[in-house]
Amino acid sequence: MFDLRRFTGREMKISDKLLEFNWGFLLLLTVISCIGFAMLYSVADGSFSPWAMKQMIRFAAGSVMMVVVALIDLRLWMRIAYPMYAVALILVAAVDVVGFKGMGAQRWLDLGFIQLQPSEVMKVALLLALARYFHGLALDEVSRIRNLIVPLLLVVLPVGLVVKQPDLGTAILLTISGGTIFFAAGLAWRYFILGGLGVLGAIPIVWERLHDYQRNRVFTFLDPERDPLGAGYHILQSKIAMGSGGLFGKGFMQGSQAHLNFLPEKQTDFIFTMLTEELGFVGGITLLAFYFVALMFSINVALQCRNQFGRLLALGVSVSFFFYIFINTAMVMGLLPVVGVPLPLVSYGGTAMLSLMFAFGLLMSCYIHRNLEIGRGSSSFL
Amino acid sequence: MAIDRRDNSRYKTFTRRAMLLGGAQAAAFTVLGGRMYYLQIMKTDEYRMLAEENRVNVRLLAPLRGRIVDRFGTVLASNRQNYRAVLIAEQTPNIEDTLHKLARIVEITPESRRKIMRDVARAPRFMPVIVAENLTWEQFAQVNINEPDLAGVQPDVGETRHYPFTTELAHVVGYVTPVYQKDLEKDPDEPLLKLPGFRIGKSGIEQKYDEPLRGIAGASHVEVNAYGRVIRELSKDTGKPGAEVVLTLDMDVQQYACERLKDESASAVVMDIHSGEVICFVSTPAFDPNQFNIGYGAAAYKALLDNPYLPLTNKAIAGLYPPGSTFKTVTAIAALDAGVDPLRTVNCSGKYAFGNHLFHCWKKEGHGNMNMHDGIKHSCDVYFYDVARRIGIDAIEKAAKAFGLGQTYNFDIAGEKAGIVPSRAWKRAVTGEGWQQGETLISGIGQGFLLTSPLQLAVLASRISNGGYAVTPHLTRAIGGELLPVPQPPKIDVNPDWLKIVQGGMNGVSNEPGGTAFRSRITQVGMELAGKTGSAQVRRISMAEREGGVRKNDALEWRLRDHALFICFAPVANPQYAMSIVIEHGGSGSGAAAPAARDIMLRVLQRNAVRQQASAVPHTHDHDHGHGHNHSHDVEEG
Repeated sequence: MFDLRRFTGREMKISDKLLEFNWGFLLLLTVISCIGFAMLYSVADGSFSPWAMKQMIRFAAGSVMMVVVALIDLRLWMRIAYPMYAVALILVAAVDVVGFKGMGAQRWLDLGFIQLQPSEVMKVALLLALARYFHGLALDEVSRIRNLIVPLLLVVLPVGLVVKQPDLGTAILLTISGGTIFFAAGLAWRYFILGGLGVLGAIPIVWERLHDYQRNRVFTFLDPERDPLGAGYHILQSKIAMGSGGLFGKGFMQGSQAHLNFLPEKQTDFIFTMLTEELGFVGGITLLAFYFVALMFSINVALQCRNQFGRLLALGVSVSFFFYIFINTAMVMGLLPVVGVPLPLVSYGGTAMLSLMFAFGLLMSCYIHRNLEIGRGSSSFL
Repeated sequence: MAIDRRDNSRYKTFTRRAMLLGGAQAAAFTVLGGRMYYLQIMKTDEYRMLAEENRVNVRLLAPLRGRIVDRFGTVLASNRQNYRAVLIAEQTPNIEDTLHKLARIVEITPESRRKIMRDVARAPRFMPVIVAENLTWEQFAQVNINEPDLAGVQPDVGETRHYPFTTELAHVVGYVTPVYQKDLEKDPDEPLLKLPGFRIGKSGIEQKYDEPLRGIAGASHVEVNAYGRVIRELSKDTGKPGAEVVLTLDMDVQQYACERLKDESASAVVMDIHSGEVICFVSTPAFDPNQFNIGYGAAAYKALLDNPYLPLTNKAIAGLYPPGSTFKTVTAIAALDAGVDPLRTVNCSGKYAFGNHLFHCWKKEGHGNMNMHDGIKHSCDVYFYDVARRIGIDAIEKAAKAFGLGQTYNFDIAGEKAGIVPSRAWKRAVTGEGWQQGETLISGIGQGFLLTSPLQLAVLASRISNGGYAVTPHLTRAIGGELLPVPQPPKIDVNPDWLKIVQGGMNGVSNEPGGTAFRSRITQVGMELAGKTGSAQVRRISMAEREGGVRKNDALEWRLRDHALFICFAPVANPQYAMSIVIEHGGSGSGAAAPAARDIMLRVLQRNAVRQQASAVPHTHDHDHGHGHNHSHDVEEG
């Protein structure tokens, strides 16, 4: 049942949707990705292999996927939100059973033709499912405890599985993006205060269960000089690299810290450090500015949306995107402990790139269908 | 519409909260930007330095140690390539394991294994520690090939000291040793000492001129990656190789003298009487200085220590002997200075009564009437007992000191001993007793408390033959191409005519029939030497033995025989070189020392022309000239 006063009364055609698609946003994403390609080219000492070329191909594929996802009717996304979540949950659980180890953690699922990282799929599926759930609740219903059991389970189940893998970074991101939807849906402040207290109380319990390397990361964060050649080495070298870059950097492909291997994981988690070493403060701030524009655009999409599902989904995508950027950059600057979170669009990594472009596709779908009004009842879209 | 209203309220809440999140993001980005500003703008100098420290590794380059050559440029100490293997502790996960693998190529004794572990523990983990040295080419090649398996081990070519003449120059050139803890403590700011394989001069010329020989360290600035592997060299300062030290030595004479004295426990010094240049400096037997560089084995070192011929002692400067009859030259000078008429005769009956003691002449039947010339020529003890008694110990002491005894000369080789020239004050200080006049008589013939080194005796002969100039000996001609200044020796307060009389007496010793060394004269015209024999008693001859006839030296066991001494100068007509020679327990000066001295001095004189010609210019770093000149032997000898 559509509100006839606001809706024109006719369904959008593909051509309308393509016109509505915000190509400027895709251009912005392309610019950010190009910075990443350049850095990957530099990491490989001036070569497109092994990273830059693959990343470009993935971005191209991701862009196509983004357009396709964006064109799909938002109501369809709403309809398949729960099934998608169910599939993602099964995949995440399957990793524990049949997954193989990569980078010291069990995160990958070999589907034969592609190595899938189910936690990446879950990041998108969780947003969809939560947005779908809260779409159906009026503001005064949101804060009722019996209405919170289902969404809490939606968050806790995958987070628990991911922590077991163990992948602390993804678990944190899932929790944060889940919490964002709760927040945006209008959950009363008191729950957040309670939740905050709960987290504080849980710290000792969680601490007991942390792996040694995870504990070390926290120690190292608290005092990086504690063991400059051991666990504190990465963050110290990262700060040295960044600091020595100065205002304009050492020049493209001239980063001594990166090219002499003082910098760890520079094609993935520490790529921002390398960028600031080679292109300086100016380069780093420029990238952050691009990110900021993209973030403001995505919040604006959420604000313009006339349906709650779109609002929540768009804001969820936006905030997840923000936390990726923030956790990664704050980590390499020594503001946060070392957590394995890549820098979106820039860090090398297939699944992360594809899931991100998928999420941007959803964001764009929200944008294209921003004037669509969808009723709270399930009958309005089934 | 009710639904619309409810939808509107949640839209408002959403908008408010979305704006809040947007604001929070902006704030977070401000924090990020601020942090970047702090790291990249405010702290950039500090981090730039740290990045440079990461990237650039300064490696000290040991300068090539300067060579030591003789006056003709014959190489006496040089450097040769030393193939070795070094271990960098931080590049291997398991040192024991690496050493175990290396032991398949090179033998590593438990002893050296312990030393390696100690060195590794002491040095910083990035510092290479030598694990094997002096490898053969095959072993070195094996280390190279197996480098991938030997984590942390790197083949390395170092320079090591090499002494081609081994024992012949051990007491002149000296030796180098690895740097020990106490060397580091003595000179904690010298970075060279911390270089693996660095050697430090510990004896002889190597010690005396260690500093110029060392040179100045170079430095190589290399770019290294996080694993310490060198990516490229950024800049290189080669430093300055050590200065070449040119000695006054004539290696030909040196070798000849060593050969001549090789079976003895002996020492010989030949010096130029005017300049003090030492032409030949022998202390035999000796050791192989190369072994100190590599590290003397415990057994081999113990053998050196136990050898009764004392190969580790530099007898030419640290061996002290009673000068015996060679000292009669000093007594004669003192007597002339005291106004004794050289023509006045003393009757030698074979013994000399003084107080209630009887002093014997070496010739039991006596020499008859002796004047000073005859006294020297025949080495008549009675004559000198009489003269000594007349002039007293003070005059003898004064002459002995003026002519170089009882003192050191700040010689180029450390370890000089001053010996003893007895005096009243000395005896009181040492024994607390007053001087006995009988001791004056004994001193007059060079026995008693008197102790001299062969170097001092050479100086004595020089000062007698050069007309009374207080020349001092030196071994070094030039350092780094710069001639060392040779100061004009001061004139000794003595009448040259009296020296002529003593020289005449010494000429009688060698060149007049009946002289104690007549049999060991030089017959080549113009090269004749003049000398003075001496035999230093090392045992007390008892009264009973003297009654029954003094036992001949040949009948005594080696360590009881007299030391054989001889001092001389040549040519008689125009003296140029003086020499002293001491053969421990050689029997008699005339029998053992004089013939050897004759042979060596003849060699010195025969090479005179060569020396004058070749020594005109100091040898410099230019290796192409300076060798040659009739100098047939070279490095391969020895």
